[in-house]
Amino acid sequence: MNDFFQLDNLVMQFGGLTAVKDFSIIIEPGELVGLIGPNGAGKTTVFNMITGFLTPTSGRVLWQGRDITGWPPHAVTAQGIARTFQNIRLFTDMTVLENVMVSFHHTIRSRFWKAMLGLPSHKREEKRIEKEARAFLEELHLGHLADEKAGSLPYGQQRRLEIARALAARPKLLLLDEPAAGMNPQETMELAKLVREIRDRRRLTVFLIEHDMKFVMGLCERIKVLDYGITIAEGSPSEIQRHPDVIKAYLGEPKHA
Amino acid sequence: MDTSTRNALCTILLLAVLAAVLYVFQKHGTEYQIRILNNMAIFITLAVSYNLVNGFCGILHLGPNAFITIGAYTSALLTMSPAEKQLSFIIEPLIWPLSVIQVPFAVSLIAGGIAATFFAFLISFPVFRVRGDYLAIVTLGFGEVVRVLCNAMQSLTNGPLGLKGLTPYTTLWWSWGVAVFTVVVITKLVNSSYGRAMKAIREDETAAKAMGVDPFKHLLLAFLVSAFFSGVAGGLLAHLITTISPTLFTFFLTFNLLIIIVVGGLGSTSGAVIAAALFAWGGEALRVVESPMNLGFITIPGIPGMRMVLFSIILMVVILFARRGIMGRSELSWDRLFTALRLQTKA
Repeated sequence: MNDFFQLDNLVMQFGGLTAVKDFSIIIEPGELVGLIGPNGAGKTTVFNMITGFLTPTSGRVLWQGRDITGWPPHAVTAQGIARTFQNIRLFTDMTVLENVMVSFHHTIRSRFWKAMLGLPSHKREEKRIEKEARAFLEELHLGHLADEKAGSLPYGQQRRLEIARALAARPKLLLLDEPAAGMNPQETMELAKLVREIRDRRRLTVFLIEHDMKFVMGLCERIKVLDYGITIAEGSPSEIQRHPDVIKAYLGEPKHA
Repeated sequence: MDTSTRNALCTILLLAVLAAVLYVFQKHGTEYQIRILNNMAIFITLAVSYNLVNGFCGILHLGPNAFITIGAYTSALLTMSPAEKQLSFIIEPLIWPLSVIQVPFAVSLIAGGIAATFFAFLISFPVFRVRGDYLAIVTLGFGEVVRVLCNAMQSLTNGPLGLKGLTPYTTLWWSWGVAVFTVVVITKLVNSSYGRAMKAIREDETAAKAMGVDPFKHLLLAFLVSAFFSGVAGGLLAHLITTISPTLFTFFLTFNLLIIIVVGGLGSTSGAVIAAALFAWGGEALRVVESPMNLGFITIPGIPGMRMVLFSIILMVVILFARRGIMGRSELSWDRLFTALRLQTKA
């Protein structure tokens, strides 16, 4: 059994509909794993079950030797699993810097009354958070935009900021939900480079959902394919590309005369 | 001189000016002027604390009148002397421990705040299970429940008769002291990491959760802090008007506060302060329109209620031309003021 991260027979049923059926995976530290599948295959549902936004009907989420199934999202994040969202969810009316600083909030030790009275111990923590948040922005080349409103950034930078914000929560496992959606080929390539860089530098483990095949095939070391909630294939990019079930799921069955 | 020293000096200067103004009014002002200034301070306290929940957390909470009521009654019952209580409670005597206790005004204010916080804590569990319109209805219901209970629980609140003849302890120093303290403390909270977490919940609760923010904990914090200051302000109000009864704390009070924070700008403390001051002063200044007017060729008889009409028109104009209120979500600060001044001199 693996101690790092394991999903054990996750099932998610919405009424009579089974969105995900018996999803299992073991991820080793430092891996870059992709999750692909046609629309509605249940990929985001898997992410939602990991991060506590959905409680699985059955099955377990095991994280560093602990069963974290059904923990509330904020507790999962505090344990070291952070995520981004498919449809960008920034705090649009807050500045870029503030967006990242929110992720540090769960590390803050001084109590609220210290904040209300403006005690020096709290001020020191605020200073530390701001400094570290700025460092994250620099790392993702967003430093010059620190005081802009998040909502006013162009699309590609909003995606980047989402990643910065998730990284600032200090995860060991980073879940990226369609990070390249809506990006042009140039931006997609840069993003792939960035993800690999971050993984190497921070010794992160990355689990990502993506539709862009070139992106996934180029970046991920291992890929899992979902169709109608069922795992139909798992393997290296080249194995996946040749897998008959995958081709069938994406292109439909060949017509026989 | 670096900017933080400059800002601190400016703040001290501003407080000194405020103190001087209050001193002058306390010495030479008419009772009417002092009353308006007291009202202003109490409304500032109420609006700023209410804005913490509605403006910064983005929650539509419609029950601050409940916490003001609880604070007012608690504080009033604690400052009245046992003899006064015996005289007042003619239908049913006041229940035991309260009937013999009498504490100083300051203690009663804090007790009022704590009582309000306690009730806020009790209802927070059902309240924060829901969001949006549902939350508004739950809090609205709570406000009504408290008012009805005040009418019904004669042995505690003296029912519809209310409490009369309270000592007018509320001076300008008390009301403005509390107002300044509230503004300072809430501004610090809002600008801290806790305040950022609250704003994150307002902007996108799902994303906030994913970034490790526990929404319940932070909404509860805002709700309790807000209830505390509402309770204290309720105590001040009780000892300003010296007579309280359930009819004083209807939904109309909440409605006025809501207007104040919307006009000031939801999520702006300086906006709430400005709007509360304008409301307290404007409400009185507009009284002239209710007196008979002689325009030379035509004489308009005094129409009671005219000032509410004018008030509504002003409200509509503000919302039409500044949809997000006077201040939007921005704040007045020394930095902004000095930047503006520098630009002026350069131009």
